[in-house]
Amino acid sequence: MLATLIRLVGDFELAEEGAQEAFEAALARWPVTGVPANPRAWLVNTGRNRAVDRLRRKVTLRRKLKQVVAEAETVQQPDLSAVEGEDIADDRLRLIFTCCHPALSIEAQVALTLRIICGLPTAAIARSFLTSEETMAQRLVRAKAKIRDAGIPYEVPPREVLGERLAGVLAVVYLVFTEGYAPSAGDRATHPELCAEAIRLGRLVDHLLPGDPEVMGLLALMLLHDARLDGRHDADGELLLLDEQDRSQWDRERIAEGAGLVERALARPALIGPYGVQAAIAALHAQAPSAAETDWPQILGLYEVLRRMQPSPVVELNAIAALSMVDGPERALQLLEALAARGALAGYMPLYAARADLLAKSGRMGEARAAYGEALKLARLEAERALLERRLRLLGPA
Amino acid sequence: MQYLLMIYGAEADRASATPAAIAAMSAEYATFTQNIVKSGHFKGGEQLKPSTSATSVRVRDGKTLMTDGPFAETREQLAGYYVIEAKDLDEAAMIAAKIPGARTGTIEVRPIILMQQEDLQRFGRAS
Repeated sequence: MLATLIRLVGDFELAEEGAQEAFEAALARWPVTGVPANPRAWLVNTGRNRAVDRLRRKVTLRRKLKQVVAEAETVQQPDLSAVEGEDIADDRLRLIFTCCHPALSIEAQVALTLRIICGLPTAAIARSFLTSEETMAQRLVRAKAKIRDAGIPYEVPPREVLGERLAGVLAVVYLVFTEGYAPSAGDRATHPELCAEAIRLGRLVDHLLPGDPEVMGLLALMLLHDARLDGRHDADGELLLLDEQDRSQWDRERIAEGAGLVERALARPALIGPYGVQAAIAALHAQAPSAAETDWPQILGLYEVLRRMQPSPVVELNAIAALSMVDGPERALQLLEALAARGALAGYMPLYAARADLLAKSGRMGEARAAYGEALKLARLEAERALLERRLRLLGPA
Repeated sequence: MQYLLMIYGAEADRASATPAAIAAMSAEYATFTQNIVKSGHFKGGEQLKPSTSATSVRVRDGKTLMTDGPFAETREQLAGYYVIEAKDLDEAAMIAAKIPGARTGTIEVRPIILMQQEDLQRFGRAS
């Protein structure tokens, strides 16, 4: 049967795949309909049809990819509300994995994803990442050349590497989000348009790979942060801390959606990863009526879980901030000094800002003032600097 | 597609390895090579003598210049290579990851531009 198929189809691989599908179809159908009069002819016929379908899909895919990759400028924005055929969805998933392939630099992965999956114009991507349009265009050209020349496949990775490759895709999506939520440079406190694109990407991946707890976790995390984006700064655009924010400005609908996703992700606790845990923390913050009425012990517990999953000094620093709300600033300060002494966060502005906040809460105003001064020296963003100066002023005159 | 898999490793480590460790490594390479011959991916490959045996050749203004050693001093040196046939980068990278030297050194994976058959024939006639 296979030999016949190879002859009919003219391609070994296609024929093999067609044959396999024909057998699968037979297994599904024959117990119901009964064995056909000429089973072999049925199998060959079905196998050929499936192989031709596959070939057609491959050809359309290749044509589509050629158009998408070579002439990215002509690509339309994907319309998620449209009902789409399964193969189109598959194509899109393949394309996401291609754009986020680990053989490309992370900058190239981000640029390609925004350009090709989100359909953002090159100029807009360049503006968001504070580079010239020319530099960004060049980065895209190089990335596309690498895909072609290195033979980066247009495929959903096989099961044995799907997990790590999906983690790479999620890392790109989250990087886009964090660059929007807390830009690494520039005068703007936030780039909401990047947050919106990241959420759109998160929804797309969740739609294409439904039920994955880490995908749901990331989408929830982004929604829960984004819901509070407008509350993060005052009318003059100055950054506000969590306990200073007007919670009535938070987007309740987004929070409900994010919290719902967290619950669904938590339904399979064995598969929860760092995004799911961070989303759970964000949900507790977002649903609390005030900073004081937040479930800090549970947040502290979740940070402990996160620290075990993903040991990092930044996670420890966040855990210490949560601990200060449970055990008080003195105990938190001790742990913070121990963390600082390990040196891993030397030069990391939030460490100095957290120390200053804890010192101020402990009534050690002189030391707090000095710590804010150190944090100010390390602040790179105008918005950060303004926030630290305001905190410093709130301490009163020296 | 064909790929060149270049195996980079610290020669200092190889020089200080015990005979038993060298024998174990050779056996691993033999098994790996057999496997990719059997799977049809193997196109060629050899181990190289240490970079101390290398000579760099340049022609400038019609004069041939020979210098001792490789072009650049690096922490890892080219120790050997494979040429493989693979359907795409993912397959090539999967094979590269199975090279014993990948665990201690680095495998550089480079696609090869294959000359067309007619080009080769033309060159053959010309020579």
